[in-house]
Amino acid sequence: MSSAADSAAVEARRVAARRKGIGLVVICTALGAAGQILIKMGADRLVHATLWSTLLGFITIPPLFAGYCLYALMTVLFIFALKDGELSILYPIISLTYVWVAGLSFWFFHDTLNWAKLAGIVIIVTGVAVLGKDAHK
Amino acid sequence: MKTPVESMLLVLVASFFGSIGAGFLKAGAAKLHGGFRYLFLNFKLALGVVFFMGSSVLYVMGIKHGQLSVLYPLVSLSYIWALVWARVFFDEKFTSRKLAGLCLILLGILFVGLGNQ
Repeated sequence: MSSAADSAAVEARRVAARRKGIGLVVICTALGAAGQILIKMGADRLVHATLWSTLLGFITIPPLFAGYCLYALMTVLFIFALKDGELSILYPIISLTYVWVAGLSFWFFHDTLNWAKLAGIVIIVTGVAVLGKDAHK
Repeated sequence: MKTPVESMLLVLVASFFGSIGAGFLKAGAAKLHGGFRYLFLNFKLALGVVFFMGSSVLYVMGIKHGQLSVLYPLVSLSYIWALVWARVFFDEKFTSRKLAGLCLILLGILFVGLGNQ
């Protein structure tokens, strides 16, 4: 039944599905990072970080609200990525968020980019690349 | 600056909740093959979202005080818990590639935390 052409087509579909999952999670991390920057802006306006003031802040502080809307969008995309992907590969890729956050903080808050952060960024990206590479090849 | 034990505990629980949330999302996502409408009225997805939200709230509270070089690596423990759930509940394999990638990520996050002091 399964000719070489058939198995090649199956393989191509599997690779495409895998790339789609990883691509979706990378988009998730960009949304998550933007969300975190907004949440940071909002959290700075929280006087007390108690449970109730934080929960109330989600509604009353616009950057917190916007940040959590991005989180919601990120969650939906993540669910679609998980549909066909492995949790043990896709979940750690979320760590790319740290990379975007470091970049965005540099841009928006004029945070310093020191050697430790740069080294961390390079190591995280390498780790994600290792995870993302197809193990079945 | 010392990191309060409460902050560490908050972030640790947040990391645990985050991984449980991801596990429920994965379990719920399997039903989506039935169609887009299964995104709603899906008990597992709802539980996953609740755990994710709980995790975010604790995370926001936790990172307000203390050193990020301590707190970031604690948050990233989430990926290790998730690896365990993936193995136990979804029959995903521990491969050397996954472990290598994860170790690099944990190391990288430690450096980013150090750089954020």
